[in-house]
Amino acid sequence: MASLNVSVVSADQQVWSGEASMVVARTVEGEIGILPGHEPMLAILAGGEVRVTLPGGEKITANADDGFLSVQANAVQVVASRAELV
Amino acid sequence: MGAQLRVYRQKIKSAQTTKKITRAMELISASRIQKAQARVAASEPYSSAITRAVSAVASYSNVAHVLTTEPERIDRAAIVIFTSDRGLAGAFNSQVLREAEELTELLKSQGKEVEYFLVGRKSVGYFKFRRRSFERSWVGGTDSPDFDTAREIGDAVLEAFLRDSSDGGVDEIHIVYNRFVSRISQVPIVTRLLPLEVVESEEEPDAKHEVFPLYEFEPDAETVLDGLLPVYIESRIYNAMLQSSAAKHAATQKAMKSASDNADKLITDYTRLANNARQSEITQQISEIVGGADALSSAK
Repeated sequence: MASLNVSVVSADQQVWSGEASMVVARTVEGEIGILPGHEPMLAILAGGEVRVTLPGGEKITANADDGFLSVQANAVQVVASRAELV
Repeated sequence: MGAQLRVYRQKIKSAQTTKKITRAMELISASRIQKAQARVAASEPYSSAITRAVSAVASYSNVAHVLTTEPERIDRAAIVIFTSDRGLAGAFNSQVLREAEELTELLKSQGKEVEYFLVGRKSVGYFKFRRRSFERSWVGGTDSPDFDTAREIGDAVLEAFLRDSSDGGVDEIHIVYNRFVSRISQVPIVTRLLPLEVVESEEEPDAKHEVFPLYEFEPDAETVLDGLLPVYIESRIYNAMLQSSAAKHAATQKAMKSASDNADKLITDYTRLANNARQSEITQQISEIVGGADALSSAK
């Protein structure tokens, strides 16, 4: 199965990057889950958790303050001025 | 004669003390360059992600945004000047201020009024000394800029930009800062920040994705652009601050290195002179003794 290439980026550093099987984030419209093969998308994030599920089933949670989410060809970028792993 | 020797020794001593200080400052800034450079590199993913996103939205939606549309008439312009808080950095501050003055001349010749936003104590000092007014200033954080200050600056310039020009707002915004090219060279950069010219980044053609895919926007293109552009501006300002701080440390290192070298040269020169003075003092003493002895023996 294809996997997602996820990077979580804050203003002053790259917080996390790696492979994942699913990303769940909160946009201004509501929660969104992204699986491999998702269509290209740009969304504004509402502050809150971004949950990344790794291929092995482990979960990583990051707090993203405000920013956006871009999905393109199985590459997911969570870009926020402030972001940190929990 | 003895007096002269003492003067030289004093000068040597003072040059040595100065050298100790400048050498220490050189070493300190050398280590800070690395840190500053690392911060520039660390902020790279953020700014490139934002630039990509902005050009993607701009090229795939025909949304006219207030930040990207060129006003018909530009009456007032603002310049954001990034200097450092402290001097001892060679031409670092003066070259940025000179660029800003040249830009001011240019804008004034086009019939625009110019307003200033200053970052760094040095530019504030420059303006206060000349009794020139400025809109706002930020001092104290140029050695290691944080994102909050960048955001504050971004908010302030955006607010000025969005205000009507008859109301004290501005129609275009330029930034002037030093870019860190290498440890040897720091180049002053002048660019227009607003209105934005969203150019699809030049490095795109040979990259993997030549064409941006058709994005789905959530909630819609306009809102996304609305949210992205201010962030884009903040990241540009943050980048300017980081570049400027790296450049400042490099400039300080260079300036302090040449100061230490100069002190070395001074010490050598004065040591020679002091040796000379000591030698001639001894020579004189000998000739006085010989002369005295001569006089004594001939008096017998």
